[in-house]
Amino acid sequence: MLKTFPKGGIHPAEHKITAGKPTETLPVPKTAVIPLSQHLGAPSTPVVKKGDMVKAGQLIAKSSAFVSANIHSSVSGKVTKIDNVIDTSGYRQPAVIIEVEGDEWDEKIDPGKTLKKEITISGEEIRKRTEEAGIVGLGGATFPSHIKLSVPKGKKAEVLIINGAECEPYLTADHRLMLEKGDELMVGITLLMKALGVEKAMIGIENNKPDAVDHLTSLAVNYKGISVHALKVMYPQGAEKQLIKSLINREVPSGALPIEVGTVVHNVGTAVAVYEAVQKNKPLFERVVTVSGKSLKNPGNFLVRIGTPVSELIEAAGGMPEDTGKIINGGPMMGKALNTTEAPVAKGTSGILVFPASDSKREEVQKCIRCAKCVSICPMGLEPYLLNAASEREMWEIVETDRVLDCMECGSCSYICPSRLPLLDYIRLGKSTVSKIIRSRKQ
Amino acid sequence: MSKLITVSPSPHMYGGDNVKKLMYGVVLALLPAFLVSVYFFGIGALIVTAVSVVSCVGFEYLIQKHLMKTTPTITDGSAAVTGLLLAFNLPTNLPVWIILIGALVAIGVGKMSFGGLGNNPFNPALVGRIFLLISFPVQMTSFPKPIVSRTQYTDAVTGATPLEIIKEGISEGIPLSELMGQIPGYFDLFIGRMHGSMGEIGALALIIGGIYLLARKIITWHIPVSILSTIIVFTGILWAANPEANADPMFHILSGGIMLGAIYMATDYATSPMTPKGMWIYGIGIGVITVTIRVWGAYPEGVAFSILIMNAFVPIINKYIKPKRFGEEVKNG
Repeated sequence: MLKTFPKGGIHPAEHKITAGKPTETLPVPKTAVIPLSQHLGAPSTPVVKKGDMVKAGQLIAKSSAFVSANIHSSVSGKVTKIDNVIDTSGYRQPAVIIEVEGDEWDEKIDPGKTLKKEITISGEEIRKRTEEAGIVGLGGATFPSHIKLSVPKGKKAEVLIINGAECEPYLTADHRLMLEKGDELMVGITLLMKALGVEKAMIGIENNKPDAVDHLTSLAVNYKGISVHALKVMYPQGAEKQLIKSLINREVPSGALPIEVGTVVHNVGTAVAVYEAVQKNKPLFERVVTVSGKSLKNPGNFLVRIGTPVSELIEAAGGMPEDTGKIINGGPMMGKALNTTEAPVAKGTSGILVFPASDSKREEVQKCIRCAKCVSICPMGLEPYLLNAASEREMWEIVETDRVLDCMECGSCSYICPSRLPLLDYIRLGKSTVSKIIRSRKQ
Repeated sequence: MSKLITVSPSPHMYGGDNVKKLMYGVVLALLPAFLVSVYFFGIGALIVTAVSVVSCVGFEYLIQKHLMKTTPTITDGSAAVTGLLLAFNLPTNLPVWIILIGALVAIGVGKMSFGGLGNNPFNPALVGRIFLLISFPVQMTSFPKPIVSRTQYTDAVTGATPLEIIKEGISEGIPLSELMGQIPGYFDLFIGRMHGSMGEIGALALIIGGIYLLARKIITWHIPVSILSTIIVFTGILWAANPEANADPMFHILSGGIMLGAIYMATDYATSPMTPKGMWIYGIGIGVITVTIRVWGAYPEGVAFSILIMNAFVPIINKYIKPKRFGEEVKNG
């Protein structure tokens, strides 16, 4: 029996049409637009000014708070301005704009492809390099990774969990990374284990990627303490709490972090970034992005410099199809619809999906027929129909006591609803309102 | 960029089911049992079904258009399901005018007066059935004889259902072993060769439809299994205590409306609980009340009453029975 989480979940059509496409390196853009807010937490403070010449890998903005991250230039060239531009969030946010000249990398970076396996530095130094390199969770949450590497006092990490589930339909960036950079991944995991002081790491991969499971299983014999686990194909298998439940059968309490149950979760992409940062001195300035969609001529996986406009990725995938109706940053279940193709790729951009108009509009909403499907599929054990109705009627007390804040916005309820009710829209409204109420209560 | 793109919150993908597909799924699941009814009751089954379905859909249309002044939603299939289920709950010799009254009560009182699909607290088809049972006790308890009455409608030869024979007999003090000789054998009960309401006969066909409903994920197993297991356990205890005065569990689940009730009536979305635990409480309640009515009550059959009674508890079950929350047991840990 494949491991899985016991409660809820759905199985949307997978559409992993780019699974067999090896990662191609996208050309460096002519202009790189590097947002200062690419991570969860405070925006970074720029350390370059208009007219400065920068190299790829050079620090251009530094972490400004406890929860924040460094940002490095992804290209070489001249800083032309620091301005507000619309990024993948859909809002105007400050960004460093660099006119590209050549492709010169910071000389500290080792650009070679040879695997560097031996680890010469301490756990604390690994954590520091991760912080310096501006690494954030590459699965999409973009939480600064170094924070997760410092275990709070009184807590103990027992096992590192590596998220290779990639449960979102369409996305295959992690899949390709596991196949193409397996050894780098393994060294990266070993580094993370050392930083956390754990002896054991478990990689969880949804079983629709048997080649990745086999490949990593065969590599794992050469690395101490790492095991590979095939997981049932069930969305949201890659959600942090669900993945922990699937792999070590522990439930992270409501409102708590994974360390509460003795574990820390990192994405496979993050582990490879840590390898590059520590072993190759390369800060995080490029990533693999899946560009996919039913109407694209050449969907694929691309290694892209941060700051490349989304339009260039769509060009590389064969150009914008005639029938395009929606462009999504991320997966179809949790991704965000873009309002412009000029938005730049950020650290958290795992995919760019181009949807035809026929799949872009919502269907007509009918009344709730109380079929209970939303209750049975909610992986957090919530009652989406009730949270929806209570939020709609502004009954915030019910919304709060029925635990709206446990919702991780996986979208399974809206997906399954036969009446096409916008359940998650109202639940989000409930979440933000209840958060505000709780904050005002504390004051 | 020259062209407009849609910007909407996630998710951007939807499942394949909609209300219409679910409702027509139920219609499809009822098809085997319908064919069994036509086989045993012939023309009467066809007339009762046609009148019930057409009048339920028609009343819903008229009420929505002329009383509620809204756009009729009859194409969603829910009125057709109510019509079909009402027909399944009626004897096949019931005159047209009585069926029309039943349909009006089912749709008008049972469903639309509460606001329509999803808002009704009681199963509309059962509201119609119980209304007719109380208003027309003679017509509602004379059941045509299977096979021989195929070509007859209101003039069909009628007789007692197995439940009526057993109930009557036991109250007169006749030992059960003797009574069992007067009712069809278990195989006949299983395939549907017996007196009874149109669609309640034929456990086999109802189970086949039920398996389809489960496979299509239109219903979950909790309600049918909780009802059937409660009835088996409860009647099993009574039977073991006194096998001469109490029928065995097999007889109970094969006779009367238990299969139809457990699989198709009690699982009605709007009138059943939202959580698995709630469904168990509801199912056990239905099982206990059904057996209580059958064994000690005035009526030989109690499925319809017990479902309606438990329907009344659904709002309170939904209020207090919550699903198991993720991360709950270590909340303060």
